[in-house]
Amino acid sequence: MDPLEMMKNGVPETFYLTLSAMLFAIGVAGFMIRRNIITVFMCIELMLNAVNLSFITFAHQHKQVSGHLFAFFVMVVAAAEAAVGLAIILTVFKNRSTLNIDEINTLKN
Amino acid sequence: MQNLWLIPALPFIGFLINGIFGRKLPKVAINAIAVLSVVLSFGLVVGVGLSSDWGTNPVHQHYFTWIKSGAFEVGWDFAVDKLTMIMLMIVTGIGSLIHIYATGYMAHEEGYYRFFAYLNLFMFFMLNLVLAANYLILFVGWEGVGLCSYLLIGFYFVKKSATTAGNKAFIVNRIGDFGFSLAMFLIVVSFGTLDFAKVFEAAPGKSVEVLTAIAMLMLLGATGKSAQIPLYVWLPDAMEGPTPVSALIHAATMVTAGVYMCSRSAAIFTHAPAAMELVAIIGLLTAVFAATIGMTQYDIKKVFAYSTVSQLGYMFLGVGVGAFSAGVWHLMTHAFFKALLFLGAGSVIHACHGEQDMRHMGGLRKYAPWTMGTLACASLAIAGFPFTSGFFSKDAILGAAFAHAPWMFWVGVITAGMTAFYVWRAFWMTFWGEYKGHGHPHESPWSMLGPLVVLAFLSIAGGFLFNVPKILESMFPIKEVEGEMTLTAISVTFGLLGIGISYYMYVVNTELPGKIANSLGGFYRLVYDKYRVDEAYDTAVVQPLVEGSTTVLWHGVDQGVIDGIVNGVGHQSKGIGGVLRRIQSGNIRSYATWVAVGAVALLIALGLGGGVR
Repeated sequence: MDPLEMMKNGVPETFYLTLSAMLFAIGVAGFMIRRNIITVFMCIELMLNAVNLSFITFAHQHKQVSGHLFAFFVMVVAAAEAAVGLAIILTVFKNRSTLNIDEINTLKN
Repeated sequence: MQNLWLIPALPFIGFLINGIFGRKLPKVAINAIAVLSVVLSFGLVVGVGLSSDWGTNPVHQHYFTWIKSGAFEVGWDFAVDKLTMIMLMIVTGIGSLIHIYATGYMAHEEGYYRFFAYLNLFMFFMLNLVLAANYLILFVGWEGVGLCSYLLIGFYFVKKSATTAGNKAFIVNRIGDFGFSLAMFLIVVSFGTLDFAKVFEAAPGKSVEVLTAIAMLMLLGATGKSAQIPLYVWLPDAMEGPTPVSALIHAATMVTAGVYMCSRSAAIFTHAPAAMELVAIIGLLTAVFAATIGMTQYDIKKVFAYSTVSQLGYMFLGVGVGAFSAGVWHLMTHAFFKALLFLGAGSVIHACHGEQDMRHMGGLRKYAPWTMGTLACASLAIAGFPFTSGFFSKDAILGAAFAHAPWMFWVGVITAGMTAFYVWRAFWMTFWGEYKGHGHPHESPWSMLGPLVVLAFLSIAGGFLFNVPKILESMFPIKEVEGEMTLTAISVTFGLLGIGISYYMYVVNTELPGKIANSLGGFYRLVYDKYRVDEAYDTAVVQPLVEGSTTVLWHGVDQGVIDGIVNGVGHQSKGIGGVLRRIQSGNIRSYATWVAVGAVALLIALGLGGGVR
């Protein structure tokens, strides 16, 4: 694409969507591979924000406000989740002195 | 007009009070409730009888609709006509006497309140049976008396033989009730109603085949309840119950329900000649068959039990030859003298401290003169001694039998001779000779002797006091029989002959019965063993049923098929669960992997399907 054209129309939507997909994939991969709970937690935040990015992109593309609304909702949920999640992680660490997700399997047995 | 529902309701209230609170009540209160409820009921019946309008204009009272389905409707209806009136008088009158007797007889028994609660419940169902204005209400009573019979036969439930006898009575009666139910279904199908009045009105217009089928199924029901061949086997065993029960249920009232039902359904039976013939033949066969067994028994209650079977056979003979009123007459007089025989036997057993074997009695005339006197009245009546109650009713039946078929008359007369023989045999063995039992025999208390005296009076005078065929003339026309005097003379001669022979064999020459028994040998043993009918039924019906149930139904169907299916389902679930369990590893990251894989699979599927539009 011609850079001049790009300057005139701004960054195209496909860039944003690609970025969103990449961020989401990184989040998923991190979630499945990492053992540290904090890392896993941050991966979840990453996935949420990747989704937020695509919401905003589509809202801009279709000139509709509902995408923005959803983004706000997701942000509220993410904030709540961060509060509760971090509290849980703190308590877990206090009680078990570990943040390895594979060792926190009391419910299994 | 009184409310008819009060008549059965009073004993039912007695049952409720005694049944629920009886354990804590004193005996006086139990007696008062049980006896008063039945006596008051008797008073009500007399009141209804004295009110003038029931004779010409049968009373019909509707209380509520029980079943309503399209055009078919069954209501809780009671009706009183002359036939019902006679039955009501017998049931409540004799019921009152036996309740009074039982207060003396059962005085020292365990479960006193239970006995009277059951007895009152029986009265409720029996009155329901006779008051019913349609077949279904009759059937309610019919089943109810069967239940009470079962409960009272098994009253001494710690005795194995008593519970077995109760079961036998209940199960054998189921066969009869099966027939009766089928008869009702057939009536519903062909008449569209179960109401007596409507069915009998429409009966002449129906085909003979349908009526014959209905009548024969009813007969099957009657053979169960009224202990006729082939279902009579339960009645002799039913003597395991207390003696007042034998008198009330298994002699005077319940077992006559079959005769009542056939007489009530006269409109159906008269239009089914083949069924009538069968009724007469079954009745006659039963009469002879049971009489021969009665001649050989030594248990005093067994003698009277077979006598009851035999006399019921007489009633069926009367019904079968078309003399319904004669059958009902014999039903009434039999209620008098057979209730008396049983109550007298109870008094004798009481006197001999529970001994029932007549070989261990004898000489009781010195110790129990009142019992002897009253039992003599009953024995005269059942032997058909001139102008006693049994004489009238038996002659009415035999006369009608002669008019129908002379051979039936002759068989009936011979049976009458045998009847006289075995009843008087029991009488001589009990009261004459020397006392051969243990302890010191004693006369019974007046609460027992009073009812005996009243029944003795009725046994002697009941025949000409209540001329049933005259009373029922409007329902069952009387047929005049030619040469009735001769027939009467013949039957009386046979009766007296029976008494004479028994006197000779058991008083004058007491060696003779043993010699006759020895000379008859095998045949005597066969009769003594009641023709081994019970054993035959056991091999022919009971054993195959038990075997079949055990091998096919229990081991095959239940254990093999049903348990197999249930256990198989359980086993398979366990197997499948064992495989599926592996997915639930508890490892969060593997779950997340599944979610991701699932999402990807979904997206691929959507893409292949052309995306979302």
